[in-house]
Amino acid sequence: MKYSYYPGCTLRTKAKDLDDYARASAKALGFELEEIEDWQCCGGVYPLGTDEIANKLSCVRALNAAKEKEQELVTVCSACHHVMKRVNDDMRNVEDIRTRANNYMELDEPYQGETEVLHFLEVLRDKVGFDELAKKVVNPLKGQKIGAYYGCLLLRPGKILAFDNPENPKIMEDFIRAIGAEPVIYPYRNECCGGYISLKEKDMAKGMCDKITESAEGFGADMLITACPLCMYNLNKSSKKEIPVVYFTELLAEALGVKEACAGAAGEDEKEVQA
Amino acid sequence: MSEKKKQAELIEEISGVNPLKCMKCGKCSATCPSYNEMDIKPHQFVSYVINEDVESLVNSESLWKCLSCFACVERCPRDVKPGKLIDAARQMVVRQRGQAYLSPDEIPELLDPELPQQLLVSAFRRYRR
Repeated sequence: MKYSYYPGCTLRTKAKDLDDYARASAKALGFELEEIEDWQCCGGVYPLGTDEIANKLSCVRALNAAKEKEQELVTVCSACHHVMKRVNDDMRNVEDIRTRANNYMELDEPYQGETEVLHFLEVLRDKVGFDELAKKVVNPLKGQKIGAYYGCLLLRPGKILAFDNPENPKIMEDFIRAIGAEPVIYPYRNECCGGYISLKEKDMAKGMCDKITESAEGFGADMLITACPLCMYNLNKSSKKEIPVVYFTELLAEALGVKEACAGAAGEDEKEVQA
Repeated sequence: MSEKKKQAELIEEISGVNPLKCMKCGKCSATCPSYNEMDIKPHQFVSYVINEDVESLVNSESLWKCLSCFACVERCPRDVKPGKLIDAARQMVVRQRGQAYLSPDEIPELLDPELPQQLLVSAFRRYRR
């Protein structure tokens, strides 16, 4: 199975490992992520104003590229997933935005939201299947107690993202079970880490992340997993934190036995960049 | 039409929110992670629009405390979307020349080696045009 793949800006830079582990894991699971050519940054946050068109076009271009290849579009970053799904929903359901965006794009055939957007976790759940994933695990992470940190961007607004139950999600817990570990459910798993507020209001974000890490530790988690580079950054700044935060794709690669090879490749990339 | 009414209509237009749908249950404020930092609370935003006092809204600190986490949007039983109203007020400010909340000159001192690109693009999109 081949998917169009939209890595996004941060997976090319600070979150390179989130990307590397996703690609290696996809290969091990038998599906291919074909990167969209010349993709542009999604902007990180969805433009909420009903009159905003231009800053949605980068997503429309990616969505249309996937449509032309007749592929579903996969994202790994929570923010890209959020923005991409919401822009796609606009293109499907908001006539004014659809018309104006297509006027800019001048495509041979107008884009009307035909592409299906999937988060990598949704591919694991809905395409691969968690039972099948469990069968391919060669290195089960037995005995590890892992807290899923969803944050906001994966889940809300629930009607548009249609990712999981926004108030009581279980996709990440099912993922944790599939790789042989034990999920820890804690109350703050879908509370916000502060998001972009941490640029100018560092203490505010810290206070929010303290509540999240305390909650997870209090419920017995040894580790947190996330799909979002910004959540990881903010949680790592939490002043009370002792708990490690890792990308879900890192644990997936570890469970599938492809982590070591992947870490080597990431190292070489870095050398190339430095050279 | 008075200037005040025009401003109130503009905020409704940008946000797509109908403030009259609100039934004042307060759930948005109860669930807002930034509640304590806000001078005008999420449930109060609709009243300012209905009373055509957009001037107070655009001068509110709340605009810069909202996280766009969509907790208020998800949990509103009337689908009012208070977060979109706050964003529209923010847009009315940052779309004015010289009114951006974040300037590129500020960036160097805000950076650290771990800071992800995602944070910069997100902040730029929310804080300026």
